[in-house]
Amino acid sequence: MTGIHHNPLEGKSHFRGVWVFLEGRKGALRDVSIQLIGEGRRIADRGGVPLTGVLPGHDVEALARHAIGYGLDRVIVVDHPLLEIYRSRPFTKVMATLITRHKPEIVLYGASKNGRDLGGRLHAVLETGLAADCVKFDIDEEGNLDMIRPSFGGKSLAHILCKQHRPQMASARRNVFLAPPHDPTRHGEVVRETVDLSEADLDAKLLEFKEFVREGGVRPDEAEVVVSGGYGLGDPKYFGMLQDLADLLGGAVAASRKAVDSGWIPKEFQVGQTGMTVRPKVYFAIGISGAVQHLAGMQESDKIVAINLDPKAAIFEIADYGIVGDLFQIVPEFIRQLKELKAGRGPLIAPLATIA
Amino acid sequence: MPAGGPFRILVCIKQVPKAQELQVDPKTQTLKRVGVPSEINPPDANALEFALRIKDRMPAEIIVLSMGPTSFDESLERSIGMGADRAVLLTDRILGGSDTVPTAHALSETIKKIGGYDLILCGEETTDASTGHVGPGIAGHLDIPQITYISEIDIVDGKVHARRTAEDGSEWWEAAMPCLVTVNFGCNKPRAPTLSGKIRVKRGGVIVHWSCADVGIDPNKVGLKNSPTIVAKVDTVHLPPRARKLFHGEPPEAVAGLLKALVEDGVIRP
Repeated sequence: MTGIHHNPLEGKSHFRGVWVFLEGRKGALRDVSIQLIGEGRRIADRGGVPLTGVLPGHDVEALARHAIGYGLDRVIVVDHPLLEIYRSRPFTKVMATLITRHKPEIVLYGASKNGRDLGGRLHAVLETGLAADCVKFDIDEEGNLDMIRPSFGGKSLAHILCKQHRPQMASARRNVFLAPPHDPTRHGEVVRETVDLSEADLDAKLLEFKEFVREGGVRPDEAEVVVSGGYGLGDPKYFGMLQDLADLLGGAVAASRKAVDSGWIPKEFQVGQTGMTVRPKVYFAIGISGAVQHLAGMQESDKIVAINLDPKAAIFEIADYGIVGDLFQIVPEFIRQLKELKAGRGPLIAPLATIA
Repeated sequence: MPAGGPFRILVCIKQVPKAQELQVDPKTQTLKRVGVPSEINPPDANALEFALRIKDRMPAEIIVLSMGPTSFDESLERSIGMGADRAVLLTDRILGGSDTVPTAHALSETIKKIGGYDLILCGEETTDASTGHVGPGIAGHLDIPQITYISEIDIVDGKVHARRTAEDGSEWWEAAMPCLVTVNFGCNKPRAPTLSGKIRVKRGGVIVHWSCADVGIDPNKVGLKNSPTIVAKVDTVHLPPRARKLFHGEPPEAVAGLLKALVEDGVIRP
């Protein structure tokens, strides 16, 4: 021993190629998986190695063929009824088996709930490094993957290296990498592989699934104005007031984690480290104290407006504009004055060209 | 459930610097960490609260487990004060610098030594490292079912029922025990320590310290040099300076000022 602990996949020179774990849902790929194919392509091309997608699922051959169009050289499909929905144990078993069998040098996952659930279990079983929630990748001078992730709620960026263990694994945040265009004529190989799975691998049962339904309108992560509500609202009914404001501005409503966890608004509206990242022209933080986890998801907004009763709330530290006071007086007044301003004037938010 | 013994719940906690207190030093542009008060990692406090709620409904024993320096006793004492029965701190210099791989290994070895567990609760992630990898890592090592990112939990006919929040919807899962779950931050309100709990801490004997040797952890599997990942460097993010302009006065006046500023910035068109 040289003081370096080797994982069971000893001998890192045998490891080759870049893999992307593909998450399917309702016959389509998750957007983070598509975005990762683009980033994986870039990394694979720098090393002159092939890019492989891995798609465990059931009846996913057509999806695998489609995935190639985003830039993959091949897709490994493991088809089994147990893999029809994401389940921790069978998916971990499939990935561990394939990684041990083929020895990829790099494996990338989307930092979705399932991606983290899988990566966390898998990296412990394989005894290799896993960097969470990366926003950027590079290759260092020794050829290691430089896995760059926000730390302390985005106040700094940490460069994570996994020098001795293989594969180097990372999960990547949604919507930071650009989705590549789809080329239906692209050629690639679909490889079917088998992994032994049985009822014994079914250690958890999905009893019920209730899909979140998004009620029309713009998505917060695509909107130019985001009106976000927090625990200070005190009651879910006040999101109606925020929706009125968002409608006036042609924007979208979002929420802090605490509002989501209080059951006031579905998870899909959550902005922050464990929710979505938004970069609108104006972000209204209403009744949001500004925990670092929240700031991580909105601090790149062009302008930040904070309305909060507590003058010491951290949100004021990063706000361009703030009003300390009772949101239940301020927001209705803001709506009233906006309506006055708007009377007979068309869209309130200036088109892009007039800003820059 | 193991025959005979009480229903045993293990709660894994970490002590972290209070996130709200972390500030960037405007001069050095680095994080000010000295003198920052500590707390139980908030999602771990939510995990402990779920354990206590189970114990409110049925006979159960709650053991809190942590790994770190002896200063972590502060959080273990608080856990006992809240109602946990006892606590184990895995503390050893050779653990220093462990990333999630040795951490999951060391904690699962400690859990094996405690034994007899039915349910393991962890927070979904820590507020200082934010990986969420250790809970699933422990489940992997112990080869038991895991249900991550849960907001509700119940024990039904000797099985765990838990509601998991995924991206597209909420899922109710059922798993046999022993089972590990990771709990969403903020999904419940952790109770305050009680007087009787604090008295139990004062009496002593409820917190034990174990070294790696006590547990039988291989020194070649833990610590910085046995961690697959290293933090090569940290860049400070230079965020654009913000005006931090406050509008004062009665709501009509303050709002008028804000609106005028947004119009002047060209963000809202007059």
